[in-house]
Amino acid sequence: MARASEKKLMKRGILDSLPFLVVLIPFAMLFGVVGTEAGLNIAQVMGFSVVVIAGAAQFTALQLLQEGAPVAIVLLTALAVNLRMAMYSAALTPHLGQAPFWQRGLVAYLIVDQNFAIAATAYERETQWSLADRMAYFIGVSIPVVPAWYAFTLLGVLVGATLPEWLALDFALPVAFLSIVAPALRTLAHVAAAAVSVVLALCFAFLPYSIGLLIAGLGAMMAGAQVEKIMERGNG
Amino acid sequence: MDNATIWIVILGLGLGSYLIRLSFIGLIGDRPMPEWLLRHLRYAAVGILPGIAAPLVVFPAETGGAIDPVRLCAGIATITVGYLSKSTLWAIVAGAGTFATLAIAGL
Repeated sequence: MARASEKKLMKRGILDSLPFLVVLIPFAMLFGVVGTEAGLNIAQVMGFSVVVIAGAAQFTALQLLQEGAPVAIVLLTALAVNLRMAMYSAALTPHLGQAPFWQRGLVAYLIVDQNFAIAATAYERETQWSLADRMAYFIGVSIPVVPAWYAFTLLGVLVGATLPEWLALDFALPVAFLSIVAPALRTLAHVAAAAVSVVLALCFAFLPYSIGLLIAGLGAMMAGAQVEKIMERGNG
Repeated sequence: MDNATIWIVILGLGLGSYLIRLSFIGLIGDRPMPEWLLRHLRYAAVGILPGIAAPLVVFPAETGGAIDPVRLCAGIATITVGYLSKSTLWAIVAGAGTFATLAIAGL
């Protein structure tokens, strides 16, 4: 019985994450194209996509490498971009934290924006799911997304130079991130955090090494936390 | 950019990213986390992703950092439709659709 429901949820997870390929595919290809244009060989481009699997951090690291930034700055800045993954890890912990360590270790490798967003919203809705159900669903939503990230990076490397310009692949990144954020703006605190993030990121966009993003992210988190506190007091 | 530097960045970034992802789910598991930390972490996604997206929409590298009305409109359409419909898929459709329509219209 348990096995049947897990299989069903894994399949449902696969179906639920398929639409996200619309954005992930051009984004993965773009990394293949940009990486190759920056002078990386095929092993290095694929190394990024398989070892790191985090689009924004990969692009950040690549850009800073091209600017000739010191290795420590490249690593710190790209890791700062990935700090949001700590939040994803924290948000998944109440749902998957009871799983054996090897399973949590696998989940940690697989966490990206898309599978986190789909799984976390499903867990809020489907409170009757068992631990095994939730794990099966997470693996399901990761099955199309993660291999597609590898495969389309490779395709980008191979056909990159011939991609038509009208595809505007560079625009896939902001569309992907904004399309995940906008439906998540459920409260005034979320809106405040997002607004502060946009304003600070634009104001400090001139700073090198994505320092502006760090300022924007920290300022936004503080704004969100403060507004939440004020709203709670108002309601209590 | 020499080969050794690139591989150091790949492996360092891979290890660091993995440890960030493993952090809470790996170490905390079932144990409770302090309230102030949870309160801040709740806004990490909505606080960081717009900060990455905004400069790409407003100062796109494609135009050399000049404001591009097509990207600006498509970005606003993505946010508006995503916020109102609460659907990521419709947000993507709105953003890509607005971009394609305005680009074809020659703006």
